[in-house]
Amino acid sequence: MIDKSLRWLDDRLGISKGGRTFLDKIFPDHWSFMLGEIALYSFVVLLATGVFLTLYYVPSAHEIIYHGSYAPLRGQRVSEAYASTVGLSFDVKSGLLMRQTHHWAADIFLGSIAVHMARVFFTGAFRKPRELNWVVGITMLILGIVNGFLGYSLPDDLVSGTGIRIAYSIIESIPLVGSYLAFFVFGGNYPGNGVIIPRFFILHVLIVPAVIVGLLAAHLGLLVKQKHTQFPGKGKTERNVVGSPMFPTFMAKTTGFMFMVTAALFLLGGFAQINPIWQFGQYQPYQISYAVQPDWYMGWLDGALRVMPSWEWVGWGHTWPLEVFLPAVLFPGIVFNLFIVWPFLEAKITRDTAYHNLLDRPRDRPLRTAAGASVLMLLFMLFCASSTDVLANYFHIALNTVLVTFRFLVILVPIATFFVTRTICLEMQKAEGVGKRKRAVVVTRSATGEFATFDADVRPGDGHEELEAIPVPTFIDLTPRHLATGPGVRRVMR
Amino acid sequence: MSDDGRSTTGPLPVAALDDPHLAPYAKRPQAVAAAAAISMVIGIIGIIGFGVAFWVGNQTQWQAATLGVGLFGLGFGVAAWGKYLMPQGPFVEERHDFHSTDDERDAMSAAVVERGGLVVKRRKVLGGLFALGSAVFGVVAAFPLLRSLGPKPGRTLFVTNWRAGSRVVTVDGRRVRPSDLEVGGVLTVFPQGHEGNSPDQTILIRLQAGQEPVVLESPGRSDWTVHGIVGYSKMCTHLGCPVGLYQEQTTELVCPCHQSVFNVRAGAVPQFGPAPRPLPQLPLAVDAAGYLVSSGGYDQPVGPGFWERP
Ligand code: HEM
Ligand code: FES
Repeated sequence: MIDKSLRWLDDRLGISKGGRTFLDKIFPDHWSFMLGEIALYSFVVLLATGVFLTLYYVPSAHEIIYHGSYAPLRGQRVSEAYASTVGLSFDVKSGLLMRQTHHWAADIFLGSIAVHMARVFFTGAFRKPRELNWVVGITMLILGIVNGFLGYSLPDDLVSGTGIRIAYSIIESIPLVGSYLAFFVFGGNYPGNGVIIPRFFILHVLIVPAVIVGLLAAHLGLLVKQKHTQFPGKGKTERNVVGSPMFPTFMAKTTGFMFMVTAALFLLGGFAQINPIWQFGQYQPYQISYAVQPDWYMGWLDGALRVMPSWEWVGWGHTWPLEVFLPAVLFPGIVFNLFIVWPFLEAKITRDTAYHNLLDRPRDRPLRTAAGASVLMLLFMLFCASSTDVLANYFHIALNTVLVTFRFLVILVPIATFFVTRTICLEMQKAEGVGKRKRAVVVTRSATGEFATFDADVRPGDGHEELEAIPVPTFIDLTPRHLATGPGVRRVMR
Repeated sequence: MSDDGRSTTGPLPVAALDDPHLAPYAKRPQAVAAAAAISMVIGIIGIIGFGVAFWVGNQTQWQAATLGVGLFGLGFGVAAWGKYLMPQGPFVEERHDFHSTDDERDAMSAAVVERGGLVVKRRKVLGGLFALGSAVFGVVAAFPLLRSLGPKPGRTLFVTNWRAGSRVVTVDGRRVRPSDLEVGGVLTVFPQGHEGNSPDQTILIRLQAGQEPVVLESPGRSDWTVHGIVGYSKMCTHLGCPVGLYQEQTTELVCPCHQSVFNVRAGAVPQFGPAPRPLPQLPLAVDAAGYLVSSGGYDQPVGPGFWERP
């Protein structure tokens, strides 16, 4: 039956040749290769839960009187967007689960991309020939952040509205064209005339995800074409890939993993409350709540805005809001451009034009590792700086002190990180066998007091490490070899 | 070596069932298989449970628990099957070069450079016209697209609806008397007819006796205050958040967004934080009926800085 349909398809599409190669595609067995998969499956969950949400969400700033089942809001004037989001949380069956899961999936999506990217960076997986996939990846990261911001702006609650207000002023801060851009994006002076929610909506549910899907296809397509990188090890060379085949081993593992990631996201969505918009209330441009913080992946930008000194500059008859433009436009621009050009920069500096399929150990590239750690630390310090008010309240320190401390920390900590990381790498290089898996040694003492040592049994998986890698067999002889005589035994020749 | 890295002439590779590469990764496959089966059964029960939870009520935790356990059980079973029960390998695949032979490269660039060059060089004008046409189309198309998105800023960023004599009202349109504000109290107000309009939002603060805004009495603002009430634009000069947090003891306005602090007694000059300019002050007066009015508009654009601001 299966055989017949495959033949039918092959007659028309010639799938057997390429398809067979694809089924034999080898995936290296290393946990760090699952990070990208977490991103992939979170994205799938985002698409699925997102479609559910679009069925109920109303992208409109039009004001209505709330009549839903959440008593504290009844009779209040709210926008349709806000009312429908509260409705999703209380009146739609499993709506709250879907809403919260969608939000959690976005946070995990961006988190796993960040960690995945760190693994690609620190192991040098971005080197030739994979620079293109690195660039595609960064583009997805940027689009993911943008779409996350657009998404949590949609409920039109007090916290998200504040974020939109800030976004407006950031656009406005761009020299020369800022005011025009802000007016075009918002359809007028802030808050615009009700167009921003429908505009954000169509960007969030269609345009940005469509681009991400396209890039994802390119990302995975390149991955298949260029094959995976692998860590150095027994039998692994620049010219091969060692691991498990696509079918059935990898397919089973990854399908199971997809279900497990989905399950984890739904558990988070059901048990860990996130963005309870009914407590924040409808957004009004003249109201504000305290301790407003954006989602975690925007934190570094918020922190950059906070630690920036108030350097507005007036000159040549114009105002240059550098206290906004530098941290919120120029700085992220520099960061992302630096990410994008890094593979080319590194190749240029090291004069490296070779293909690289074996991954680096971070310690063997002290400068790259130190540079990466330093940038990560900078972003992390800025992230921490986005909670200056919370820290000041919690530790009863003057806000002023906290802020000034952070102005120093964001500069000093990354510099210190660079040197410390480099030293650690150099030290680790000197130590033999650091990080290698060792076979346990069992020590016994006999009745006469003699000590003896011997290697412990191989653990599951260790045996596999010791075999020579072989090509995926085309046919499997289902009869055990010692019985393999006589009729019925498959002998295949081309 | 062929495309898939195997010999094209010899027999296709056959593995015998007792080849250790085909043995499962697990040491005790039967036990693992049993565990995977149990996991999947739990998964199926969980998923059915989700159906029940969905059907009988709308309890988020039950939905999440059933669905989570269900999907996890199923997924764990499949993943364990894949990881421990399938041929352990390791298997290997050869890589092959992406790049073409030198001849192929030469042929390709010849096609582009020579064939294309031949045609384009001979008809430079056509090529130029087409490039020009596309560029013109791009520019011309961009304008209506952008312009239809929103109006030009014009003077909108420079003015608010506050005029001399504007009646001071709350967001629900009530007029305000000085006595409506307790000492130390704050109130957000708008010019009548523009309640809730973002750029017009103004915060009134009634200072305590002894907290008069001494410092700035001089530069022509001495009559902008009535009965100890000062009015400032509520739009933060940093990024436009409402400056909604008043600290009575220190007479400071704090912006919750990035913690800019404005000194209310000294013309709302920023004390601290990223805000670059003082909050513009609204000149206040009391009309014949005893209600607050503004005795003029703001003397400068409110809110964050922008390019056209002189
Ligand atoms: C939408 C987000 C993303 C998804 C769904 C995704 C998914 C994946 C998956 C499933 C793999 C396969 C193996 C692995 O995990 O290493 C992969 C490989 C890769 N990814 Fe991503 N990724 C995303 C974002 C990124 C980002 C942000 C970067 C880098 C900036 C990146 C760079 C790469 C590179 C260079 C490879 C090939 C490296 C190798 O095979 O070792 N990806 N991606
Ligand atoms: S908006 Fe007020 S401090 Fe940033």
